[in-house]
Amino acid sequence: MSIFVDKNTRVVVQGITGKEGSFHARQCISYGTQVVAGVTPNKGGQMMDDVPVFNTVIDAVNQTDANCSLIFVPAPFCADAIMESADAGVDLIVAITEGIPVLDMMKVKKYIENLPVRLIGPNCPGIITPGEAKIGIMPGNIHKPGGPIGVVSRSGTLTYEVVHQLTQNGLGQTTCIGIGGDPVNGTNFIDVLKAFQEDNNTQGVVMVGEIGGNAEELASEYIKKHMTKPVIGFIAGLTAPPGRRMGHAGAIVSGNSGTAQAKIQAMKEADVHVCENLGNLGNLAKTIFQ
Amino acid sequence: MNIHEYQAKELFKKHRIPIPDGGVAFNAGSAKSIAEELHGFPVIVKAQIHAGGRGKAGGVKVAKNSSEVVRFAKEMLGMTLITKQTGPQGKTVNKILIESGVNIEKELYFSILPDRTSAKILIIASLAGGMDIEEVAEKTPEKIVKVYVDPISGIQGFQLRKVAYGLNLDPSLTRQLMAMVRNLYELFVMYDCSLLEINPLVITQEKQLMAIDAKINFDDNALYRQKEVIEYRDVDEEDPLEVEASKYNLNYIKMDGNIGNMVNGAGLAMATMDIIKQAGAEPANFLDVGGGANAEQVENAFRIMLSDTNVKGILINIFGGILRCDVLATGVVEASRKVGLTLPVVVRMEGTNVDAGRKILSDSGLNLMTATDLKDAAQKVAQMAQV
Repeated sequence: MSIFVDKNTRVVVQGITGKEGSFHARQCISYGTQVVAGVTPNKGGQMMDDVPVFNTVIDAVNQTDANCSLIFVPAPFCADAIMESADAGVDLIVAITEGIPVLDMMKVKKYIENLPVRLIGPNCPGIITPGEAKIGIMPGNIHKPGGPIGVVSRSGTLTYEVVHQLTQNGLGQTTCIGIGGDPVNGTNFIDVLKAFQEDNNTQGVVMVGEIGGNAEELASEYIKKHMTKPVIGFIAGLTAPPGRRMGHAGAIVSGNSGTAQAKIQAMKEADVHVCENLGNLGNLAKTIFQ
Repeated sequence: MNIHEYQAKELFKKHRIPIPDGGVAFNAGSAKSIAEELHGFPVIVKAQIHAGGRGKAGGVKVAKNSSEVVRFAKEMLGMTLITKQTGPQGKTVNKILIESGVNIEKELYFSILPDRTSAKILIIASLAGGMDIEEVAEKTPEKIVKVYVDPISGIQGFQLRKVAYGLNLDPSLTRQLMAMVRNLYELFVMYDCSLLEINPLVITQEKQLMAIDAKINFDDNALYRQKEVIEYRDVDEEDPLEVEASKYNLNYIKMDGNIGNMVNGAGLAMATMDIIKQAGAEPANFLDVGGGANAEQVENAFRIMLSDTNVKGILINIFGGILRCDVLATGVVEASRKVGLTLPVVVRMEGTNVDAGRKILSDSGLNLMTATDLKDAAQKVAQMAQV
């Protein structure tokens, strides 16, 4: 068991003929993901290796039964690409693209609000169910299939670090999800925590947050009320200077809001096992989950 | 991206937001002539830097006549202004804004910003002008009016009324305020602002609304479609090393510590800074070389990090995914040779092609310490910090 994606997920890659899109589509295929179609306007009818390319997502969905789109479209055109996928009726959209303007993402969020679709990202590494499907840019080989841990994070390489430590300590993963580093994103911590709570194979969760916004505080309230499975929490950015955007568009402490200290405090109040030192995360997970 | 108050007011004027008459000056002579063209004294002389808290730090003065304008202009231009937002090193004043004085009856607060949680545009207005809005929100939340605007439908009349009536203004001002809020909302959206703040927005004794201060920040991700805004960039307000780093698409933020660090990915870079601090040292920077960095970018990153003279040691922490460890190692070795590296360097690498990367480092003959994992890296950083 896993959440959101598995070996039956059929992926259409938007932007598949671009440098990033083709590189990562191939990586996903070699991991075993079912990449059934690609989309690049004006390149319909071409092939990317064995993958047929279509002009529109709706064509790809109609002809290949794709139910998930993976997006590498450049930022200026990405909001459009996300809405196109939502309109075409896929169940899941994974937007890797970094740098989408906030106002564009707000419109995307309103557009998909009442449609039966889940958006992961943007500005994220994607989602992987180890051993089944890799829909994103993460290195597949650091993951260990079979669970019992679910991982959810706002970051990319920091997630790889966490997953690597879990695997080194013999702890496999059910599904790992990067929800992205932008201020306005699709799926949030609570959506993922809820899914992990309901997933029979997931026995515990590692949640990786960072400075900016209050998503971790809201997640902590949810954990307090609804989670029976143990959660380990880590927050990056204790030393980040206020008022500066730390790489991610969403990683900024504004005034008293969005500080690492407040997030850690909220997690502690929700009985989350807070990992204060990243180097110890794997060991901590071992003591809690085994 | 941030801009100056006088630039924000230029945008205000274009969008029919009332502001005091005035102009920007780069020397005392032009300050004097701007002041004399205004409608009499007093006039206000305001230092133009990218930081708030100028008033308390001596960056805002009221001049009663021309000779005072000249005196204040000479004092301010070239001075280092240290406010609670500039940090201890302060900022040099290169420009001043000269404005007509205003007869203030009442001060209000007004701002527009994107609300992350609701994914709507949030308008905040308050009767408590001139004060820290976070403090007002905490102590007297009833004084604050909040209106959330759906970005697809845009601002509606009822939302303008909600702001205007929510502030309990004199009826003669309601119409003025609604027009102003509509114009400000349109400006916010048109220019992809990430913050628009007027503190204070004043009601004059003549019953006019007027923006006495103006602060606008822009969404960096939208600058590609904001040519007019990019013209407003003032690199004098930015750290020279940060300006240099931005040329190579490197995400670098200078800090006050002595341990330089270079990382791929923003989250891991923040976590690495935290590890340095936990090891008993202080990070000298934030530096994210990105997921797809090449050897040349790594080399430039290394050079920029080393040109900070406070740096006494370096931690490189790379989790190779797309950025392969052998590429990183090659960049580090080449950069170290070119700059004649003398500082101790701890390298922690993991992920794609890690063995090849480690071999390149150990064969280089350079004084590079390899850390096996993050715990080991932290211990080695602690040793560096003690030297």
